[in-house]
This record gives sequence, structure tokens and C-alpha cells, in this order.
Amino acid sequence: MTVHFKQDKPDNSNRLDGMKQGVLGKPLPRIEGLAKVTGTAPYAAEYPVENCAEGVLVTATITRGKVTSIDRTSVLSMPGVIAVVDDEKLCTRAAQGTANEAPMQGPAQICYWGQPIALVIAETFEQARDAAKHLTVEYLEVDGAPLDPGAVDPEEQDDETVHQGDLANAMAEAAHSVDVTYTTKGHASAAMEPHSAIAQWDGNKLTVHASLQMLNYNIAELADALDMEEDNIRLISRFVGGGFGSKLGISEEVVAAALAATQIGRPVRVVQSRQQVFQTVMRRSETTQRLRLAADSNGKLTGFGHEALVSNLPGESFAEPVLQSSHFLYGGENRELMLKVARIHRMTAGSVRAPGEAVGMPALEGAMDVLAEKAGIDPVELRLRNIPEKNPEEDLPFSSHKLAECLKQGAEAFGWECGLRKPRQRREGEWWIGTGMASAARVHNIAEAKARVTLKSDGTALVETDMTDIGTGTYTILAQIAGEMLGLDPEQVLVELGDTRHPRGPGSGGSWGAASTGSAVYIACKAIREELAAKTGASEEELELREGKTATGETLTSLLDGKDLAREGHYEPGEIEDDYTASGFGAFFAEVRVNHYTGETRVDRMLGAFGFGRVLNAKTARSQCIGGITWSIGVALTEALEFDPRDGHLVNCDLAEYHVPVHRDVPDVEVVLVEERDGAASPIQAKGIGELGMCGGAAAIANAIYNACGARIYDYPMTPDRVLAAMPD
Amino acid sequence: MSDTITVNGTANPLPDDPRVSLLDFLRHDIGLTGTKKGCDHGQCGACTVIVNGIRINSCLTLAAMHEGDSVTTIEGLGTPDEPSALQRAFLEHDGFQCGYCTPGQICSATAMLEEIAAGWPSDASESLEGHIVTSREEIRERMSGNICRCGAYANIVAAIEEVAAGGQS
Repeated sequence: MTVHFKQDKPDNSNRLDGMKQGVLGKPLPRIEGLAKVTGTAPYAAEYPVENCAEGVLVTATITRGKVTSIDRTSVLSMPGVIAVVDDEKLCTRAAQGTANEAPMQGPAQICYWGQPIALVIAETFEQARDAAKHLTVEYLEVDGAPLDPGAVDPEEQDDETVHQGDLANAMAEAAHSVDVTYTTKGHASAAMEPHSAIAQWDGNKLTVHASLQMLNYNIAELADALDMEEDNIRLISRFVGGGFGSKLGISEEVVAAALAATQIGRPVRVVQSRQQVFQTVMRRSETTQRLRLAADSNGKLTGFGHEALVSNLPGESFAEPVLQSSHFLYGGENRELMLKVARIHRMTAGSVRAPGEAVGMPALEGAMDVLAEKAGIDPVELRLRNIPEKNPEEDLPFSSHKLAECLKQGAEAFGWECGLRKPRQRREGEWWIGTGMASAARVHNIAEAKARVTLKSDGTALVETDMTDIGTGTYTILAQIAGEMLGLDPEQVLVELGDTRHPRGPGSGGSWGAASTGSAVYIACKAIREELAAKTGASEEELELREGKTATGETLTSLLDGKDLAREGHYEPGEIEDDYTASGFGAFFAEVRVNHYTGETRVDRMLGAFGFGRVLNAKTARSQCIGGITWSIGVALTEALEFDPRDGHLVNCDLAEYHVPVHRDVPDVEVVLVEERDGAASPIQAKGIGELGMCGGAAAIANAIYNACGARIYDYPMTPDRVLAAMPD
Repeated sequence: MSDTITVNGTANPLPDDPRVSLLDFLRHDIGLTGTKKGCDHGQCGACTVIVNGIRINSCLTLAAMHEGDSVTTIEGLGTPDEPSALQRAFLEHDGFQCGYCTPGQICSATAMLEEIAAGWPSDASESLEGHIVTSREEIRERMSGNICRCGAYANIVAAIEEVAAGGQS
């Protein structure tokens, strides 16, 4: 039986606070954690499948044009080689998040260097890898593909454009104004598990073990790519070795494995190499961003301008939503916002953790630091003065807004010294030492979701949904929600995820999984409570459940009388999405050292204070935050995709040349979880936390670099060469 | 015993194909998928195993080069029923998120603590001689070959620090 709830109004009942089990929000260890630390958790490529052949992708070595011939005989006589697949249904790009249809297909048409064009299948991985390198391919190249985002006429994204009041006039009349241009380089998700799939047929039924974030969309994408009915496909992603946006949509190896399995009548495994993952999945676009801030003598914004240029391949709908939080974070009645996308032939641009704010916020918060200095106002105080009462572009209230609390609690916990700030006040040997801060903001997303909860006659519970746990803590928080509602220790709740046979939801992405699927579990549990309450003669509101018993001591097993009780919860966001501006907020504080002679920056400590609604598990939520802060360090100092200007190919396509933070780059990190309940965000009063932790953190580091050594830099990442070039004498 | 590699105490025949890396041998030939392939180029540390007591990237060495060697993988350090001290500490401190780098982190940390005990200095050591204090900076330096993209470093260091101080035993 399905219970549907469409949320048109905020739910401020905070029912979960009144439950008696007392497990929700507690810092419980992950329920799947023992499997992960003992190496017994199976990831997509690790399922033992009989008679499985191995496939290796072959990728293009030209930028634009077509494949004129593939000489199969060049490899078919090699040991173990079974077949070459160049089916026109092969996908040449990964699907964008929530695409719900096949990505670009037709491997003979080439749009970027590194695009998959074929798959070689052999008995063993070593044989397939060798043969893939030897496959003879001929091309007809079309010269002159545009590669430089600054050298083409970009397309304006009309839905992002805001012209409000007169910004030019506000800038001219401002007591203090800032007009700066920032650049950010492209980023890679670089999830630790390479994109992998095992496809096997049983009659006309296809089962694919894959590493994916959003199965309900992915199954539609795969069905469309293969021209199949969804009902004949089963996707399984029980463990996903990181996603960060790169596994939102199906990627090339999923379709290739399915087509190969069809062609040779055997199961086929395809694992992308690390270099292929870098070059064929998704890049975060580079950005160029102009920030204009106009303020009165008190530092109150009168004008706000944010214009950004990003890039993508022709035919891609995605444009890095740089301005996402700029629309509402600060006031200023005169506003100009514009996003443009340049069509170029670099690999596909798409979602990488916190698309938009991950690069928009570091630019905006850098500009705010410049304004604070010009206005002679403490940077924390400047932000406090500019928190708007409501969305400054639309007549919408905020669902809940904890920026001020985050700024204040963060400043106190960090030991922020308020007042006028001057750079170069502290030096130890070769090192300048300084501090900086920035606000955090990330829009709240939520989506329709279903989950089934079964209260078993033995007094345990089962939660089933196609939701994925990509390291986010989903297994654990769903067990906590069900445990809290049904009066069970979470150890008594079995959670089964990552299988399209279960009720479907939006999956993991845009930080929406916990609030969406968590609400579906909550709704299912509430329906079960109503049934139980009826058996006791009490109302659902009166029913107290704890440790498998009612308040009067009656056990769940006796209430159930030998029968399982199952309910499917179906959550749908209604008018709450239109009636409120909902966002997570936060504040970052950083202390850095900058070497006067080498320009090297080391982060000595970092703190983040975040408000994101109800905390479902303090341990996993904190981990999400420190993960985001760690990414902030990468954005600030090291991460940059580099493209060859001659053919647009991604040059630093591995983990030796694309520098993600490593252990020694990450200092002690402190997280303050600010208490919040956001009833307009979800029925469980929760918002997302997977991305907020990196939305602005890089600016706290950049601003600390300036405070330390006086180098004001407008280009991320702030590598030693850039720091040295900006270092005053 | 010749023509075999001993893995977690069990002897296994060497693969026929000399191109098989130790990593693929473990994951594919003998089905020990706890050891992870993250990059296949010695850049991420997910494939770290312990060979004759020393931690190595198993993707950077061929199985055929390990005739007679003794290999310990994550499965050999502990099991769900009997996890090692580091495995328990990683669980308690949430020293992982997606879990894919975790076996490599734990194998690496297990051998790393032995290296400190044996007096091997690192870039973070105050002196090249004598006792090495297992400071956080020492742990961070020595673990920097193990990438965690989820960014669990702060928790990983806390877990290792606790075990180094004698906790979870």
C-alpha cells in the first residue's frame, strides 16, 4: 500500500523530535562500515560473474571529424580477442544529471579528443587492453574546431539573466565599489572508483552492475540508449566508490558493456582506465567571472553584479550554474546577473560536486573581502550587514536562514579577531601567516521519492529504495529515521539500496538524496505507526515506541501478531518549492602560511559552521562537511584541468598531474553544526549537506593568503607562481 | 614453495600471462576484491598491500615478480567478525565515506606504523636518527600516497593516531 504526500506547506511539527527512540541525529558509525573497512563491500566491477569477458574502450585521437574505418583484422587475430564493438548505439558522452534519456550516441562522429569510438572484447583484461592499443582506426578530421572559450561568441542563458534597477548608476554613486574579474580552472570529480559496469543477459532481461548515482534516471537513459523497455532492465549499484556528480548519468562503459554482451552472448565487464575517466566523463567548466559590488558608507550593498562565462560542447544543455546562490545571498536593489556559455570542442562539461557555487562562491566571496577592505569593515560584519530579509530578486521569503548564526558561531569557535584588518601583520621565518573567512551557500534541492518500509513480524524492519549511498551515509541515516519512527535500534533495521527493483527515488546528486528519500521513509513509517496505533486504540500522535515496545510495554511482535506490515512512502514536493527560497548556509574560516620566497601556501587550520536543517547523523554529516572543506583546499590551491590549445585534449588526465589534496595538504579541520529545523525544506526538516561544505571555502583561503602576505589574487587555483607574481616586495 | 605467491597465508599458483599485475592477480585471478584499482599507475594508493612486511602499490608490480613472496591484503588484516584495531578505529572515527580507498588506507597505515616503530625517518621527522614521535604531521606525511577523494583525511589521521597510541587493541 502506497501513502502519497505532496508537500504544499511547511511542516513545522518537528515530529521526529518527539519520538522516543532517541537515535536520529546521533553520531552512529555507518551500518555498512564494517564491510567497507574489511574490504568485503562489493563495488560494481567486483561481482563474480561466470564466463565474463573483458572490454576496453578505444578513444579518438582527433578533435572533430569522423571515423572512416576501423580495421577489425588488426586485432581479431591477437590472442584471446573476441570482438570489436563499434555499434552506432555506443554512447560518446556521459549523460547529464537527470537527463532521463540517452546521451549522445554514434561513435563514428567525433566531437572531442578522447571520445570513445569502439570497444575491444577479449577473454582477459590484459588481452583486451593490448588489443585496444593496436586497433587501427582511420579518421577524416575537420580542422578548425573552436577550443578557446574566450575566442567564440557565447550564448546567453536567458533564464539566468537579471536586469534590476540601474547597476551602473549604483556603482557610480557608491561610497565603496568593487569591479573585479576572477577566473577559475576546470575541475575533475576524480572519484576513487573508476566508472565500471558488468552487463549480463538472461533471455531478454538485462542486468547491469554499474557505478551510478541516480538509478531511476539511469535506467531510463540506458533503456533509451539500447531501445529497450525499462521493465527488461535491472540496474544495481549497492556500493559506489564516490560520485561527486561524475556518476549522475550513465557513462559510456555502461552502454558499451550492454551492447558487447548482446553481440557476443556472454557477460561483459568494462572498467574505464583512470585516464579515460578523466577524459570521457565530465569536467567542471572553467569560468571567467566579473563581480561588481556597490555599497553605501556603511557597507550596505546598493548594487550587485555577477556575470560569468563558462563552456561546453555543442549540443549539451548543461551550463555551470555559477550564479546560483548569487541570486539571493546578499541584498542590493540594483542587480545585473548574466551567464553565458561558449561552445567549444573540449570534453563534456557537467556536474562536479556543487555545480555553480563551487566556483561562483569563491569569486563572490573574494570580491566581498575586497569590499570589506575598501569600506574598512570587518569581513564578518560586512556579511552580517548584507543578509537580505527576503530573496532580493523575487518576492519570496527564505524557508529558513542560518547565515548570521553560522557567521557568529563560526567566528567565535575559530577565534576570529574582529576589527580592521591589514595584511602582513605576522611573520615566522620565511612564512607570512594570516586568516580569512567566507560565507557558504548552496541551494536546497528536493525531488519526488518512494521507499518501502516493512515492519517484520519478528520486530525488525526493512527499508527498500533504489537510493544510492555514494559515501554520503544514506544506509545509516535511513536506518536512523526508520529506527526513530518505529522505536527500533538502527541495528534492527536492514537497509537495501541501489537496486531498480526497489521503489524509486531521485538518487544521490545535488545534495537532495537524504531529504527526498528520507522523507519517503518517514512517510512510510508514519503510515505503519497509524496501523500500530489503531491496534492499541491510541492515535498515531499519542503512540510512543521505544526499544520495540509501546509505552505500556506491549511489544511490536505481539502487536503484529505474526504478520509483516509494509507501507510504501511516496513523497512529492509541492508548492513549497515555489513559495520559498531554500538554501543551506554557512561560514568558513581559515588560517594559512604563505612562503615569502617560494609562494607556497599551506593551510594550517580550517573551520566551517553550517546550517542545513535537521542533522540526521552528526558523524556522517560532519564527515560530509570536512570532505567539502578538503575540496575547498583543492579549489583554492591545486586543482586545475589543463587543455592542449592545439587540439583541446585534457593533458593532466591522471592523479599525478591533476592535484587533489592529499593527507599532508589537509590540516586539523573543525566543524560546527548549527541547530536548524527547516519545515519548508522537507517533512523531516532536513536539507542537503554533501555540497555546502565546499561552497565558498576556497575564498576563505584566498582571503587568508591576502591577509598573510598582501598578495591579492583573482585567479584560482592560487599556485606558487601566481602567489609570487602578486606578492608585494 | 616455488611457482606460487602466498596471499594471507594461502599459496596460489602464479598466473600464466606475465602481464598480469599483482593487483589484477589479487582482484581477478584469486578473487580478493578488497584491494582496489583506483588509477593503475601508482598514483592513488587504493591498491596498497603488504608484501613481505613492506607496503607497496600492487598495480605497479607484476604478479610474476612475486614468486615465493608473502602478501597480506585487507582480507588478511581482519574480518567482519574479527576486525583489526585499525579497522575498528576507521569505523569509529568515520575514516572513510565511499570506502573505495579504505582498504589501501588501512593496509598502508598498518605497515606505516611498523616503519615508524623501526625508526625509518620521513620528511616530517625532526631527526634522521632515534625515536620518532607519531605526530599528526608524521602520519600525514607518511600517508600522503593514499588519496581519499571523499576528503576523510582528518578522520583517518584521528583513527591512526588512536591506534598508534595503543587504542582499539
